[in-house]
Amino acid sequence: MTDVPFVHVGPSAESDDVELYHPHSWVTKYVFSQDAKIIAVQYSLTALSVGLIALVLSWLMRLQLGFPGVFSFIDANAYYQFITMHGMMMVVYVLTALFLGGFGNYLIPLMVGARDMVFPYVNMLSFWVYLLAVLILVASFFAPGGPTGAGWTLYPPQAILSGTPGGQDWGIILMLVSLMVFIIGFTMGGLNYVVTVLQARARGMTLMRMPLTVWGIFTASFMALLAFPALFVGAVMMLFDRALGTSFFLPAIVEMGQPLERSGGSPLLFQHLFWFFGHPEVYIVALPAFGIVSDLISTHARRNIFGYRMMVWALLAIGALSFVVWAHHMYVSGMNPYFGFFFATTTLIIAIPTAIKVYNWILTLWRGDIHLNVPMLFALAFIVTFLNGGLTGLFLGNVVVDVPLSDTMFVVAHFHMVMGVAPILVIFGAIYHWYPKMTGRMLDDTLGKIHFWVTFLGAYAIFFPMHYLGLMGVPRRYHEIGEMAFVPASAHSLNAFITIAALVVGATQLLFVFNLFWSLRHGRPSGGNPWRATTLEWQTPETPPPHGNWGKETPVVYRWAYDYSVPGAPEDFIPQNQPGTQTMAGTAHG
Amino acid sequence: MAVALILVLVAIGSVAFHLWSPWWWTPIASNWAYIDSTIIITFWITGAVFVAVVLFMAYCVYRFRHRPGLQATYEPENRRLEWWLTVVTGVGVAAMLTPGLFVWRQFITVPEDATTIEIMGQQWQWSFRLPGPDGKLGISDTRLISPENSLGVSRDDPNALDDIVVEGGELHLPVGKPVKALLRSVDVIHDFYVPEMRAKMDLVPGQVSYIWFTPTRTGTFEILCAELCGVGHSMMRGTVVVQEQSEYQAWLEDQASRSFARLAPAAQ
Repeated sequence: MTDVPFVHVGPSAESDDVELYHPHSWVTKYVFSQDAKIIAVQYSLTALSVGLIALVLSWLMRLQLGFPGVFSFIDANAYYQFITMHGMMMVVYVLTALFLGGFGNYLIPLMVGARDMVFPYVNMLSFWVYLLAVLILVASFFAPGGPTGAGWTLYPPQAILSGTPGGQDWGIILMLVSLMVFIIGFTMGGLNYVVTVLQARARGMTLMRMPLTVWGIFTASFMALLAFPALFVGAVMMLFDRALGTSFFLPAIVEMGQPLERSGGSPLLFQHLFWFFGHPEVYIVALPAFGIVSDLISTHARRNIFGYRMMVWALLAIGALSFVVWAHHMYVSGMNPYFGFFFATTTLIIAIPTAIKVYNWILTLWRGDIHLNVPMLFALAFIVTFLNGGLTGLFLGNVVVDVPLSDTMFVVAHFHMVMGVAPILVIFGAIYHWYPKMTGRMLDDTLGKIHFWVTFLGAYAIFFPMHYLGLMGVPRRYHEIGEMAFVPASAHSLNAFITIAALVVGATQLLFVFNLFWSLRHGRPSGGNPWRATTLEWQTPETPPPHGNWGKETPVVYRWAYDYSVPGAPEDFIPQNQPGTQTMAGTAHG
Repeated sequence: MAVALILVLVAIGSVAFHLWSPWWWTPIASNWAYIDSTIIITFWITGAVFVAVVLFMAYCVYRFRHRPGLQATYEPENRRLEWWLTVVTGVGVAAMLTPGLFVWRQFITVPEDATTIEIMGQQWQWSFRLPGPDGKLGISDTRLISPENSLGVSRDDPNALDDIVVEGGELHLPVGKPVKALLRSVDVIHDFYVPEMRAKMDLVPGQVSYIWFTPTRTGTFEILCAELCGVGHSMMRGTVVVQEQSEYQAWLEDQASRSFARLAPAAQ
């Protein structure tokens, strides 16, 4: 690692600009674009639109929970359809698509100094296939019987039986087909992200000089390529069970008094397949957030990320371990109880590399020069909410503690805090941070601060007290709590409070959407590097960067991504492509 | 300044909410006080870490806030500090995991003197089967289910003939006696959950799972279904009545007379 290997394929640094096949028409430039940056915007806008639908669904379900019986159109059928679509949309179609398809496409080529993804045509297809998956999913709202109400985990047998909304109608079929199409689209994108990082880095950009954002997205893409096939297989088998009469997941059962002509299948098999995907999925969302937040903190604290090498190894360790913890979602599923010892141990071990990341974030703040810009505020709020959600994970991962808590509102509060609120705060921070590069203008600061405070404190007020409803024993996925002897009247007031907080936080997101469009024209011009950051995307000759990113020559990298406040340097940051004296860390990490 | 202050308030507010809010677990009614103790240990350790980290953040945000002339310290790594933190974290994790695994061992090891009963779930009600005077449950099979035989109990198994079937009613249990419940479902996955017992386990069609506990106080407790099982999920309730041995015996005999009447004709 001491000398600099010249890893470089694709157009050589000296190639003529004409070799880049720039698009000539509006359609090839903005619609069927092969430019990763345009594809990133297409992915992001689609995902944000799905996110707005999911937000409205969460309002509807909270209205039912906070004020049961007041809104008569939210019956049990509708309620279960809302929670199912909200969950699946947020986890797969919003968070995965936004972090990998959105930020991955925009940032990977720019941050590693490439002109584009290595397979631009496949990259374009990836988006259009993703859009098709979204349309199939949304179509289920208009299909006979409506969308599936099986819960986002889609556990058979109920997912494909008549007692569940959409089980014997179109809902479950459209859901499964949409997931399969999504996975096909993701695979095309994911291969691109991984190969681009491995093959198309600029000269001097060794792996251990890459910004942690790239490390996070790279590791997550690699994991997704391994994890999504398990879901694909599960979806194919369930589709066969539903449409062709097979019995992969159906044992002999009697449905509403009628014996079904099925036998020999295993409902638990689906759960293993689902969570073999589902747990890595948590980290597929978390690792890009870890990477991005590391860069936000370092840039806005004007200080090198603390313990870079440990951060990289922790990312990889979390990625690897996340494939051997899946059955911690199944402690009370009726699987062999001896699995509990193994999965509790692996799950709690994952806390160690995760804790290292938290320590290194706060140690980056320590002795820094903290600029409380809007992206930094979101990064700080991420640490608080992620820490909170990570620590409650230690309850649920520790097998016997999970027994009273699983399937209660404690679980809902936990995973919303850790993989809902925390990554979404990073997404907001990242948008405030990179919007100037994408548009050449700053997002409005005042609107940003209002958006931040209401979102952070509001989301905390929603999900922190919710843990205690679960501790009390209130189960999740209940259309109505109704009369429960052990639930005091005060708990119903708490539910109403949570609903009001959710309405306010949701409405504040419209302010953010307004800011996105308003600042396009009226934002303060940002220049090429408004945050005075070191990484390559801020060093492009033009802002926003055109197709091909770099003009005639791709950059050459001389140092790691974190040369902030280097003693003796004229400024408090040294861009990665600036030649000159190698810093101590530059040598160590080269 | 404001940011640091709000971070401090978040830390203190969370602890205050934990200590003084009225929402806490139900008074326990089973032998699983160990689970509660493990949760308390976990609350202490995680709570300390949460408060320490958030307060440290607040300190940094205040102390190292940007002012003209302030320069950040350039320090890429600090091996000693990083390893020290890793080891401390490892110890904290072990302090939670170790008691957890010991209690889990108890949780899955059924005492020999436990009475075996069966709990059966279907959309959307609970049924129960208790052994008769022979103390044994007979064989059952989903494929034997019929309108007259709602649990699919085998009429060819002599052990089944005296089994006591309670359909959609109350489960009664004697206080102080360990009970092992075999869990079955006829249609979809359900979950037997009694908050006061701290006990919970899925009922999965096509297989038999189990759970055990010892009721430690008399009273009436609600059974909830804790696994989404279709539109009627939140309506799927049942009742456990924990009684003194003598009252329990009286209830059992009353049930037995009814069950014999139901199964006997087909058994001839």
